[in-house]
Amino acid sequence: MIRYIIRRTLWIFLVLVIVTGLTFVIFYVLPVANPALLIAGRNPTPALVHQIEVNLGLNHPAWYQYLTYMKHLVLGDQYGWPGFGFSYTNLVSVKSQMYSRLSVTLSLTVGAAVLWLLMGIPIGIVSALRRRSWADRAGMLFALFGVSVPIFWLGLLMLYFFWFKLGIACSSGYAPIFNSPGNFGPYGLASWACHLAMPWAALAVGYAAFYARMVRGNLLETMNEDYIRTARAKGLPERRVVFKHGLRGALTPVVTMFGMDVAFLLGGAVITEVTFNLPGIGLLAYQGILNENLPIIQGTVLLAAFFIVFANLLVDIVYAYLDPRVRYT
Amino acid sequence: MPEPLLEIKNLKVHFPTDDGLVKAVDGVNLTLYPGQTLGVVGESGSGKSVTWLTVMGLVTKKEAIIEGEILFRGQDLLKLPVDELRNIRGSKMGMVFQDPMSSLHPFFKVGDQIVEAIRAHQRMSKREAMDLAIDMLRRVGIPRPEERARQYPHEFSGGMRQRAMIAMALVLNPDVLIADEPTTALDVTVQAQILDLIDRLEQEFNAAVVIITHDLGVVAEHADDILVMYAGKPVEFGERRDIYYGAHHPYTWGLLQSIARLDEAERERLRPIRGLPPSLIFVPPGCAFHPRCPYAFDRCSKESPELIPENGHHASACFLPLADKERIFKEEVLQRS
Ligand SMILES: Nc1ncnc2c1ncn2[C@@H]1O[C@H](COP(=O)(O)OP(=O)(O)OP(=O)(O)O)[C@@H](O)[C@H]1O
Ligand code: SF4
Ligand SMILES: [Mg+2]
Repeated sequence: MIRYIIRRTLWIFLVLVIVTGLTFVIFYVLPVANPALLIAGRNPTPALVHQIEVNLGLNHPAWYQYLTYMKHLVLGDQYGWPGFGFSYTNLVSVKSQMYSRLSVTLSLTVGAAVLWLLMGIPIGIVSALRRRSWADRAGMLFALFGVSVPIFWLGLLMLYFFWFKLGIACSSGYAPIFNSPGNFGPYGLASWACHLAMPWAALAVGYAAFYARMVRGNLLETMNEDYIRTARAKGLPERRVVFKHGLRGALTPVVTMFGMDVAFLLGGAVITEVTFNLPGIGLLAYQGILNENLPIIQGTVLLAAFFIVFANLLVDIVYAYLDPRVRYT
Repeated sequence: MPEPLLEIKNLKVHFPTDDGLVKAVDGVNLTLYPGQTLGVVGESGSGKSVTWLTVMGLVTKKEAIIEGEILFRGQDLLKLPVDELRNIRGSKMGMVFQDPMSSLHPFFKVGDQIVEAIRAHQRMSKREAMDLAIDMLRRVGIPRPEERARQYPHEFSGGMRQRAMIAMALVLNPDVLIADEPTTALDVTVQAQILDLIDRLEQEFNAAVVIITHDLGVVAEHADDILVMYAGKPVEFGERRDIYYGAHHPYTWGLLQSIARLDEAERERLRPIRGLPPSLIFVPPGCAFHPRCPYAFDRCSKESPELIPENGHHASACFLPLADKERIFKEEVLQRS
């Protein structure tokens, strides 16, 4: 197991190197504006532009720039370790920007994840156990709605009704729990939750729908397994048959799915963040792309890739723990 | 005659499906006594499993239309509230299934699964229950049972898993053990071991045993009585020697001949009896076996034969005169097998 984890960790590094390389290549292949022009302001003189290019290291060939980037990443730069460089638009360290925005994305993702589990799993269970009942039909209708409705559409609709029309919701944007350093009062928490309520709901609906379907399908399949018949033949109460023997089989694959979904969103819930104007990683990446701001793109892509490969490893380890048949060597 | 343990009276189990009504069990009568070993034989789809799953309460009125009576020590299981039936199941009646690979939960330790079976019926600490489970694993011939109890099913071989299943079914000393094709999924050498084990445990526990199989060879040495089923109906019932040395039903003859042929090299290609088992939705009128029966005559497609005792309680559902049955058995079946 230890050897497996070490091998997988080495793989993670390799993947991250490839991802940074690819981002670089794409950036240099596509026609983009000269970052020096962005910084130089209006009516720059060629000399100024050249000076900025030299400062940013843009006068070097692409491979040299890539190696410099990797060197900073591994050894750190003037902002410390790991060195992500600074944004071309505001000259602020990429690391500090990502760090401050991670709390927003984390708040959004964790809240939504709790919500979709609380909705998806019970709906899936009830639908499977009461197959073809009205509850099943209602649940699956919700699931159909949930998987088909786009987040931005749902988000805008919610904003329109709850905030603009009814005025019962907090506006878009983000309110940190710690309004000012050390000030953690009920107001901070309430306002934080209030501002996130709609984003949570909008983001969770699609996942809840997907999880409801998956749990239903898995549970229906599991309840047909021979070992369920054995559990009944032992004379266990039906409750125990379903919740111990059935769910254990049905929910194990869901754990894998859940880990990957959360990791994916931690890398930036772009659509939700843009719709609700939440200053998270996703919004940062979105703006970075709009501004052709390579350091920001590079940093956010790397962060997202890290979450995904790391979650992948974590999920595999957890799975081996849940399913004794799985052993890694 | 001792008190019967189990009496099944005119049991019918019909499944409504999109294609029509599947008459999986269509009028089964039988009586089981303590200590008796009953072999239930028939081709795939003849309703063997469904009959006994219904007895166990594992096929319910939720999914099927069930008629008749299943009297366990005089009490009709079909009229019992769910909870009381659940109490009998697993403690008074145990069942072992065909595929030991998939019948144990892959995520729980074998010992824990047996402990769960014990504690579903008896107030007992986990420690005591585990001791009992380990003791039971030892009695079914699993070496190093303390260690094995802590392992997961995938660490067991097929034969060992089936032993564990048997341990689980017998741990509460039930009156009836139902073994549904307990050896079909196992290697030939292991098959004999498992059947011998069931035999030995039957003596030790003084339980009635029902062995379900599609192969008359399997129960040749082990059953006291044999029930042959075809298309959801019993077609012949008798003591072991009645069946092996004087079967009365053409379908049983076919089954007997297929055992002999199993010894030949070409067993893969041979179908025991020509033709296919009938659809249970459109069961042939009259004697359900008549489209495949080499001895069928006019009456067979018009009337349906009853299971009638002819010698003592040797009974068969076939219109052929007794003399013909005896003659054909001697001249054709014995010779060829
Ligand atoms: N829940 C169900 N719904 C519909 N049909 C069913 C159901 N359970 C069993 N059947 C049908 O009932 C028939 C009898 O099945 P059964 O399992 O009793 O056969 P069997 O004699 O045990 O055969 P096998 O040797 O294949 O185990 C089969 O045709 C089967 O398809
Ligand atoms: S009743 Fe007729 S068809 Fe049926 S088994 Fe006897 S001879 Fe064959
Ligand atoms: Mg069967």
